[in-house]
Amino acid sequence: MQSQENIDWHQDIFDVLECQGIDLIAHVPDAGHAPLIRKCDARNDMDVVTLTTEEEGVGLLCGAWAGGRKGVLLMQSSGVGNCINALALPVICRVPFLSIISMRGEWGEFIPWQVPMGRGTPKVLEAMEVSVFRADAKEKVGETVNAAGQFAFNTRRSAAVLLSQEMLGAKQFKEG
Amino acid sequence: MFQRRALVASLLEDRPANMVVVSSLGNPTWDVAAVGDHPLNFNFIGAMGQAGPFALGLAMAKPDKRIVLFAGDGELLMSLGVLATIANQAPVNLAVVALDNESYVETGNQPTATAGPTDLEAVARACGFVQTRSVVEEGPLDDIRDMVWQGEGPLFVNIKIVAEALPLVFPYSFDGATAMNRFRGALNESGTG
Repeated sequence: MQSQENIDWHQDIFDVLECQGIDLIAHVPDAGHAPLIRKCDARNDMDVVTLTTEEEGVGLLCGAWAGGRKGVLLMQSSGVGNCINALALPVICRVPFLSIISMRGEWGEFIPWQVPMGRGTPKVLEAMEVSVFRADAKEKVGETVNAAGQFAFNTRRSAAVLLSQEMLGAKQFKEG
Repeated sequence: MFQRRALVASLLEDRPANMVVVSSLGNPTWDVAAVGDHPLNFNFIGAMGQAGPFALGLAMAKPDKRIVLFAGDGELLMSLGVLATIANQAPVNLAVVALDNESYVETGNQPTATAGPTDLEAVARACGFVQTRSVVEEGPLDDIRDMVWQGEGPLFVNIKIVAEALPLVFPYSFDGATAMNRFRGALNESGTG
């Protein structure tokens, strides 16, 4: 049996994206997403778009879907607040929208500035009709992203996967 | 300065079959609707700041289509960063036409930043758009029309227009899903999935 430590959950997400035909990766970078971004960047058949702010990703993915492409928005929980009004677009136009969000401000957080948006993230998403799927363990990441992607693209609704800070490992800045 | 309805009409009259038009909320949408309904139009009626990212996504998904975005100065000012994102992706099939009346006409003519020192063409150029133009004086539009229709993108044209409140002309549907289904069907021809 594979131990938690040996699970390459970034690869598991990548495999789901590939399997579901998701080839447009929009992101404001986060350390938690960096290995996945690198994997996608290495592929000629995927487009990776670095955004200046997270809400650009909402419109970008809606436009791409109108044109027949599927994409995902990768961001940190702090970016969710930037997206609120933009999230009206997929809802009112019944465009599928998928986001994978690395959480801050929860398990073991030591930067107080991360806490308010971290705590607000699931509430804000639910307020904007985004269904929230949470992955708390490495072995659950792939199937959770798969479930969220199926939900979003099959029902033409918004879905987000929250990668918990407990699973990601709380970031610690070491002094000295 | 141009009168906006005549300007948009002259840029869209007899448009090429592969042209897809996106308009930002408010007046640019009423202007495009006033030219006439078209299944390859997608008109924003909300989500301010999202028309630019939407047009970029379309351009990346549909390289065989010409994507033309009509956006107000208020819309562009709300999401200036997307000009950097567009310039970095550099879609050759995307033209951005800024309808710049230096004011938020729909909410009572409050001045925008372009009424002051802000120059949207300069912003676009600084973001990395290679082909940009500013049009201030009214005159023949043939070269602008050529540029918008077939210039190598991503390109940016800032056109100063008269700040005037005109009768609203509504697009195909106020319901986003209804508008999106028709647009996506026309764009992809084989259906909406």
